[in-house]
Amino acid sequence: MSNEVEILLVEDSPEDVELTLRALRRAKIANVIHIAEDGTEALDFIFCRGPHKDRSFYHPPKLVLLDLNLPKIDGLEVLRAVRADERTKAIPVVIFTISKEQRHLIEGYSLGVNAFVQKPVDFEQFGEAIRHIGMFWMLVNQSPPPGALAAHKSAAG
Amino acid sequence: MPHRVEILLVDDSPEDVELTIRALRSSKIVNEIKVAEDGAEALDFLFCRGAYKDRTFEHPPRLVLLDLKLPKVDGLEVLRTIRADERTKAIPVVILTSSKQQGDLIDGYKLGVNAYVQKPVDFVQFGEAIRHIGMFWVLINEAPPPGAFAEGKPGEGKLAETRAQGA
Repeated sequence: MSNEVEILLVEDSPEDVELTLRALRRAKIANVIHIAEDGTEALDFIFCRGPHKDRSFYHPPKLVLLDLNLPKIDGLEVLRAVRADERTKAIPVVIFTISKEQRHLIEGYSLGVNAFVQKPVDFEQFGEAIRHIGMFWMLVNQSPPPGALAAHKSAAG
Repeated sequence: MPHRVEILLVDDSPEDVELTIRALRSSKIVNEIKVAEDGAEALDFLFCRGAYKDRTFEHPPRLVLLDLKLPKVDGLEVLRTIRADERTKAIPVVILTSSKQQGDLIDGYKLGVNAYVQKPVDFVQFGEAIRHIGMFWVLINEAPPPGAFAEGKPGEGKLAETRAQGA
């Protein structure tokens, strides 16, 4: 299947979406990026339902890049839902937010986020951060084997 | 106050330790690297006990870079122990292993590892992978605030016993 989504970008700011896509494309890192503009759409996508009911749990994104302050369902709720289901709990999620609040950082880690990146305000640094996120998560990290977790019932946890 | 260790490197292969440290230092990413050669020493370090009893939970490393096949206590057991204790459960852990077994990959994620990297066999690619790891985890990622998860006061060795999992 040629069209597997590599990054699910959950972001409601058109400017940040644009900057993120541009940085990823320029570094030639990820080709297939799906954008969800709110938490509900992100969950529909991840849980293969609603407009995404033809997707399968066997093709999870390699990375969910998740803003916190989102319409409908906020980012931490999205993270909680992803972690609460055996079929999705191992999907790598990186929070990418302008929030400087320590409680978001603490809650994110408590809920089991893989990493937490604060959005740089500076334009150039924003691009740099995205490039480093992309390099590590697309090129270096091995994501969980698609389907392995969907099939197994919890053995280790 | 002891200097803050940025990376705890848990690896029993002197060659891999050498390569890793060289890659991190050459890109000027990380200065403070602590090496633990087996799983028992890694846990002593993280849990501030034994030879490391003067350390405190308020100064966790920013990253644990963890090999899987280790003397004494293996890597997955180290990970399980870190995740089972409130004081250490949020410390970022990246598995760095030559294992190609899917079982290790799956177990790693099930136990809550932050990321999983297969050691490239090629010398140059190994250095590259380490540099990307360092860039992301030391320069870009915000580590959990030191002390935020340390329930007990420093110096009190009381275990804030594992809470029901699934926060």
